[in-house]
Amino acid sequence: MQQLIYFIRKYRYFLFFLLLEFIAINLIINNHSFHKSKFVNSANYITGDFYNKTNSIKNYLNLNKENVELLNENIIIKNENEKLIEILNTVTKVKFIDTSKQRRSYINGKIEKNQYSSNFNFLTINLGLNDSVFSEMAVINSKGIVGITEFVSIKYSRVQSILNKNSKINAKLKNSNHFGSLTWNGFSYNTVQLLDIPRQAIIKTGDTVITGGMSSIFPEGVPVGTVINIEKGSSIKRIINIKLFNDMSNLRNVYVIKDFDKKEIRDLEKFNNE
Amino acid sequence: MNKLRIFFWSILLLLLQILVLNNINFSHTINPYLYITFIFIFPLKKNRFIFLFFTFVYGLILDFFSDTGGIHAFSLLFVAYIRLFFIKLFFKKGNIDYLLFNLNSEAFGQVFNYILTLTLIHHFILISLDNFSFHNMEIVLLNTLYSSTFTLVLYFLGSYILRKKIT
Repeated sequence: MQQLIYFIRKYRYFLFFLLLEFIAINLIINNHSFHKSKFVNSANYITGDFYNKTNSIKNYLNLNKENVELLNENIIIKNENEKLIEILNTVTKVKFIDTSKQRRSYINGKIEKNQYSSNFNFLTINLGLNDSVFSEMAVINSKGIVGITEFVSIKYSRVQSILNKNSKINAKLKNSNHFGSLTWNGFSYNTVQLLDIPRQAIIKTGDTVITGGMSSIFPEGVPVGTVINIEKGSSIKRIINIKLFNDMSNLRNVYVIKDFDKKEIRDLEKFNNE
Repeated sequence: MNKLRIFFWSILLLLLQILVLNNINFSHTINPYLYITFIFIFPLKKNRFIFLFFTFVYGLILDFFSDTGGIHAFSLLFVAYIRLFFIKLFFKKGNIDYLLFNLNSEAFGQVFNYILTLTLIHHFILISLDNFSFHNMEIVLLNTLYSSTFTLVLYFLGSYILRKKIT
């Protein structure tokens, strides 16, 4: 006993140091597993509010550019809407149109903190439980995909960016139905990688890649980017580099997609697995 | 060494790191981590518990703001722990000299060695933990080198300009 006390007294700083380092390691490992990092993240009350306050200046300076972008998006949606109305008018034989069904709804938000320099990037958005945002919801903007919500607090939520080495998103080619998974190797912030595309798929540079809709998170057809090159190698390990439509270093307004059928799909998948 | 002054500078460095330096992203990945100055300005004391604890909290605050889990806390704490060893090595100081120890009154060569070593160790640990795998080691080393240069330039410029004030 005497010896033990002596040992602790002699190495008390080292033991304290080890204890703190152990806590830090624990936090690091937790941070790398999806929605396990309940404690250390920028979506909590204090950090979220801090970023919110400091961002108000930046918002003000960027108003002009944002407006132009939103107007452009509005025009695209308006044109699309006109087309759909026209199509609807040509349909005459349908007696009954169900207008009550809506699969998805969009919630608009702003990015409070953007990050793209790390290997495991996270964004913070100003939507939380109050805006009925929950974990594992798709986050997109007018140009393409941004990420998946991971940890949600009352007013803010943390988004796992597609520029995160842990992120894996189902994606496919626009002109065929071959799908693979979208990952990031951590090098360039505007290039992501598409893996596991079957070898019979014909891929050319310039092909558009969209989300596949195989997962219950992203709807089908959200634009991702264009193929820039296909790395040579065995066809099973074929890596396709994709240039994102989004400039990930310059994001402001985002939409979170709320899927009303998600629970049903999840329950069905769970049932299948058993 | 004024306690209030150290507190003020720590907060200022924290804000500088979070609001400005974390967003520099020079050639997408290179950031200076100037908050390591906290280690250099914190006074030497016989009792090291307070110092270790404060460094841990300081690193953790940065982790909160940059969504990095605990990598800042880990690397900063590591440097804080080994600081004493390097002070003994470079400045040949014993237990008695702690109270009067001041970086500004030491020779520039020794100070440079001391700060260079601690910065390199800190940045290397930080960037390897950020990488979180044994691949891309050459990128980690290069990043360490560039970021350290960046930090050192900023630190020495700052400490030269604020020589009288920072002490």
